[in-house]
Amino acid sequence: MRGFTLSDFETMLWAVQWTATLVIIALALGGPLGLLMAMMRTSRNPVLNGIALVILQIVQGVPLLGMLMFFYFGVPVFLGIKVPALISVSIAFTVFAAAFLGEIWRGGIQAVHTNQSEAAACLGLTRWQSFRHVIAPQAFRIALPATVGFLVQLIKNTSLASVVGFVELARAGQLASAATFAPLTSYACVSAIYFAICFPLTQWSRSLEKKLHVVR
Amino acid sequence: MSFVDIKNVRKSFANVEVLKGVTINVEKGEIVTIIGRSGSGKSTLLRCINGLESIDDGEIRINGEVVHDKATDLRRLREKVGIVFQQFNLFPHMTVEQNITLAPTLTKRVAKGEAARKLAHEVLSRVGLEQKIDAYPEQLSGGQQQRVAIARCLAMGPELMLFDEVTSALDPELVGEVLKVMEDLARQGMTMILVTHEMNFARNVASKIVFMHAGKVHEQGAPAALFANPATPELRNFISSTH
Repeated sequence: MRGFTLSDFETMLWAVQWTATLVIIALALGGPLGLLMAMMRTSRNPVLNGIALVILQIVQGVPLLGMLMFFYFGVPVFLGIKVPALISVSIAFTVFAAAFLGEIWRGGIQAVHTNQSEAAACLGLTRWQSFRHVIAPQAFRIALPATVGFLVQLIKNTSLASVVGFVELARAGQLASAATFAPLTSYACVSAIYFAICFPLTQWSRSLEKKLHVVR
Repeated sequence: MSFVDIKNVRKSFANVEVLKGVTINVEKGEIVTIIGRSGSGKSTLLRCINGLESIDDGEIRINGEVVHDKATDLRRLREKVGIVFQQFNLFPHMTVEQNITLAPTLTKRVAKGEAARKLAHEVLSRVGLEQKIDAYPEQLSGGQQQRVAIARCLAMGPELMLFDEVTSALDPELVGEVLKVMEDLARQGMTMILVTHEMNFARNVASKIVFMHAGKVHEQGAPAALFANPATPELRNFISSTH
């Protein structure tokens, strides 16, 4: 039994790197997949559209906690291989980010008026050229505030990785709490760190929203 | 065969037949003005001509090429057929120059950089807006935006231009500058099909007027004759209601 010291706080700060790692992996892999999802969902091909919709509804209908459990405990049972926590947790967050970013970006794409793609088509652009040069840049601006908003959700949700024993910020807080019997101090520190990361992002998202509103 | 050959075109939306067998011929260099009440199928016909809308029956040929044939390369065809819309439809995230040069550079009509800027300058001078080359659409008035939209079309070197009520969304004092640009184009020999409510323009510039009523060509002919001696009560009513 020992008291809560500065070194406990430092351990938490150290664990932030694993929170950051999860976020970066989820964005780096989930981002491109999300773009693919958004393109499938806005595609005229009913098969691609249907596949994306099914994936989306599964991910939306299952709690993130459930997905983490599935990829950490479930997949090894089915496949008979032991997967390191970092990998299974990364897969869960990647799938989560892909589905939700895909929906946010689909909304952005559909918010660009069909006039724009019509004008592009009438100038002889291909569907891809139209998407790349006309639709996507406008959709990106429209979806940027919501995308940053999702980033905040993602950062906070990485705390769920603690349930499979992955040591990131929240898990570091649990460990500190268990070692020092000072849950209030420990979790207050954890919350303060999350807040310090997320608050500037929400502010940024808000200012983006205002700025883009002026332009429109 | 005419340059634009519209033969017995039918088109329905859901259960409503909008075009009920429309036949119009347009020769090279002709200015054909389509007039008629809202809902008479004018805009739909225009959108069918460049393949924005499918058709249910009949045939549209441009320079001999069947527009709604699966084998037709619609993209290549559209490089030769420009369309200007009521709502301008400029790309708001691009400057005037980028709006104009996007399609010509992507379709390899012109190289990026100096040559593209020269092309933008040249078509902008035809609509009198060279000084706005670096502006964004939101910095321009409606009339200026519409003139940029016309310049954007011209940059593709079209052989046929379609105008879909291009002055309808403009403040009255801005209509004139757009009509003047269109008059200049007409004088330079551009083949044009336009849907408009500007009767004076139709009367003075058009080589042929097509009056559409209830999805059909009700009357057509030279403007002087048609306006002076409308053969049907529908056209007579329409003309008197537009004054």
